[in-house]
Amino acid sequence: MIRYLVRRVLGGLVTVWFIATATFFAMHAVPGDPLLNDKAVTPEIRANLEARYGLDQPILTQYAIFLGHMARGDFGISFTQKNRSVNDIIREHFPVSAALGVLALVFAASGGIVWGALTAQYRNRLPDAVIMFLVILAISVPSFVVAALAQLGILYVNRWFDASVLPVAGWGQLRHALVPALVLGLGTMAFLTRLMRSSLLDVMDADYIKTARAKGVGPFRVFWRHQLRNAVLPVVTVLGPAVAGITTGGFVVELVFAIPGLGRYFVQAVQQLDYTVIMGTTVFYGAFLVAMVVLIDILYGLVDPRIRLQ
Amino acid sequence: MNEATTPMFPELPSSAFAPLSLPESEPLRQQPAASYWSDVWRKLRTNRRAFCSLLIILMLLVFTLIGPLLWPLDPAQPNLDLISRGPTLGGQAQVVDLSRPWVVPQVTSWPVSPVSNAQTLAAPVAIALVEPATTQAVRIQWDPVVGAAGYVVYRNDHQPESNQDLGLPLRTLFGGNQVGHEDRLRLRPGTYWYSVVATNGVDESPVYTTLAVDVHPGVRLRDLPQLGRAGQAGDFVELPAHPLGTDYLGRDLLARLMHGARVSLFIGLTAPLLFVALGALYGGVSGYIGGRTDRVLMAVVDFVIALPFLLFMILFKIAFGIGPGESGILPLLVALVLLSWPGAARLVRGQVLQVREAGYVQAAKLLGGSTLYLVFRHLLPSTFGVLLVALTFAVPSAIFTEAFLSFIGMGVVPPTPSWGSMCNDGMKTMMSHPHELIFPAAMISVTVLAFNLFGDGLRDALDTQLGEPGK
Repeated sequence: MIRYLVRRVLGGLVTVWFIATATFFAMHAVPGDPLLNDKAVTPEIRANLEARYGLDQPILTQYAIFLGHMARGDFGISFTQKNRSVNDIIREHFPVSAALGVLALVFAASGGIVWGALTAQYRNRLPDAVIMFLVILAISVPSFVVAALAQLGILYVNRWFDASVLPVAGWGQLRHALVPALVLGLGTMAFLTRLMRSSLLDVMDADYIKTARAKGVGPFRVFWRHQLRNAVLPVVTVLGPAVAGITTGGFVVELVFAIPGLGRYFVQAVQQLDYTVIMGTTVFYGAFLVAMVVLIDILYGLVDPRIRLQ
Repeated sequence: MNEATTPMFPELPSSAFAPLSLPESEPLRQQPAASYWSDVWRKLRTNRRAFCSLLIILMLLVFTLIGPLLWPLDPAQPNLDLISRGPTLGGQAQVVDLSRPWVVPQVTSWPVSPVSNAQTLAAPVAIALVEPATTQAVRIQWDPVVGAAGYVVYRNDHQPESNQDLGLPLRTLFGGNQVGHEDRLRLRPGTYWYSVVATNGVDESPVYTTLAVDVHPGVRLRDLPQLGRAGQAGDFVELPAHPLGTDYLGRDLLARLMHGARVSLFIGLTAPLLFVALGALYGGVSGYIGGRTDRVLMAVVDFVIALPFLLFMILFKIAFGIGPGESGILPLLVALVLLSWPGAARLVRGQVLQVREAGYVQAAKLLGGSTLYLVFRHLLPSTFGVLLVALTFAVPSAIFTEAFLSFIGMGVVPPTPSWGSMCNDGMKTMMSHPHELIFPAAMISVTVLAFNLFGDGLRDALDTQLGEPGK
């Protein structure tokens, strides 16, 4: 178990290093000059700036410096925002994204399990057809369209009640996060519903279910104790990709609902070609996702005693 | 088990055991053995959802490839007269020559002798149209009012009920002899009520005269070549129809959807084809060679899979750069291929590892089949089914990626339409002109839906263990 942990963590670190390297060289392949973004500068200022950002060094030295700083968790200073370090930006805005993501994940997981259970119970009957149709729809409509429509929906609800039931955009209280989190989790919810349906159908007629029924166990208890418990396992495996999907999906939702999360910041940085922020957030997100995947693998081993961690 | 109660062999007469004779005239029915692919096609055809999806996909291809030939409007041609118009079916428009300025009619013989009290001023009489009213210009003229030092012209969208309800003040004219006005302010087809009030130079008279004007579509003479029409001032020409309306620059939405489909579907189909082929080759080689090489090659796959996809899409797109005049499609394609091949590589490797040990492959090897022969004759064909399914499911995600990137402004460059960038544009006017968002969003959704359902059906059809579809 300990050996497995060490190996997974080491593998994760190597992956993060690979992500950082790829990011670094991709950034340096960008045509043009990061310092030429705004107005013309005198050679002296230019030299100072280059020294400040370390751009006067040969590229491999820059790479070494970058790795050294990264190992200490320092991503440098933003190119477009004066004296604001990338670390500050991440520290300030990541918690917002994380809160939104966790809420979205909660919605997605609970919704996926409930809807999936419903479709399996009513297999090939009306509720099944309706829910599966909605699932296909949720998978097929782009997230930014869903976000925009949800915003429109909030507007009409508020108009109907003639009061601000839910805020259209912004951040601060739980009620700001409800609709964006739902929109963010929708794709994952649909995916989980499908998965839950098929895995529930797989266990539906298993021998131990028949045994339980034959013993006279009530239908609710059979569902809760025997079917759901076994069917929920595959859901845990897809949590990794789900976290990744929710993280990147956050870009759109944060943009549409004006939520000051890291995703929105990343998009802004891309639009302004703020190199240090792009590199910092990419490496940070990459490391975060790798950590998540490792964590979920370990979690899976704990949930399912049949899986031996080796 | 009830053999014990019923006799196993009922008593039969010996005549029942005479051999049947096969009539010579009726030849043996020859039916070709159903091959794997013909079986797949049969299952697919009987799966109604998958078959409908296939039809929709074919219709989309027709829409994309043949559509622009049948609908030759230029998707990049703005028309500032038709900004954000809902679906219209063309119709007639009168040509107006606006190349020379219109001079306000002046009455030369009218003595300008202003009165001091505006209350005593009469309302202008006999307001009349000078020319046919079109959406390009409405020109009105009225008879001067005795003692007026000027006039104010108002426009409203309904019949005014009092002098407080005259609507938008269009113009204040100074001089009692200035008796005309040309209105060119955002005119739409419909009825407008123009009211004219006399002033003493400072205050307005309480009485007014109103003229209801029916405004008809008009087109400027100098815009005719742009629309592909010819004519003179006063002629009526047929306007191009916009069955899906126009966007925020007055560009035809249907033409843009067709050309946008070329971008979206080109990326959505080409990128998966390329990266699935690349991945198949990579995975096939890795799986076939096996051993240490396989481990190293698969480690690379693991790394590429670990890259945060959208972030690296954006990063690569910036890194490749877009020159002036380029559409940005190629960088998008390259970035997509570079980041998406590992999925297919894993898939094919797994399949190859499985098949490599199969008896028929071993036999071929034993008979002296070369490596290349084995790979291309036995290993890759066996992965074809899985790859086809992977390909179908890769199409929606490629379309989504393009749409997402275009949505955040990192996709194709503006004059080139794509469904994603059209959604992005449409979102800004979502409240007032929802059609600009609805049509491209619907196109994306229908396409993705069709490919998803088709992929489902294909997977069921390819799965020989599943039996009949429809579970």
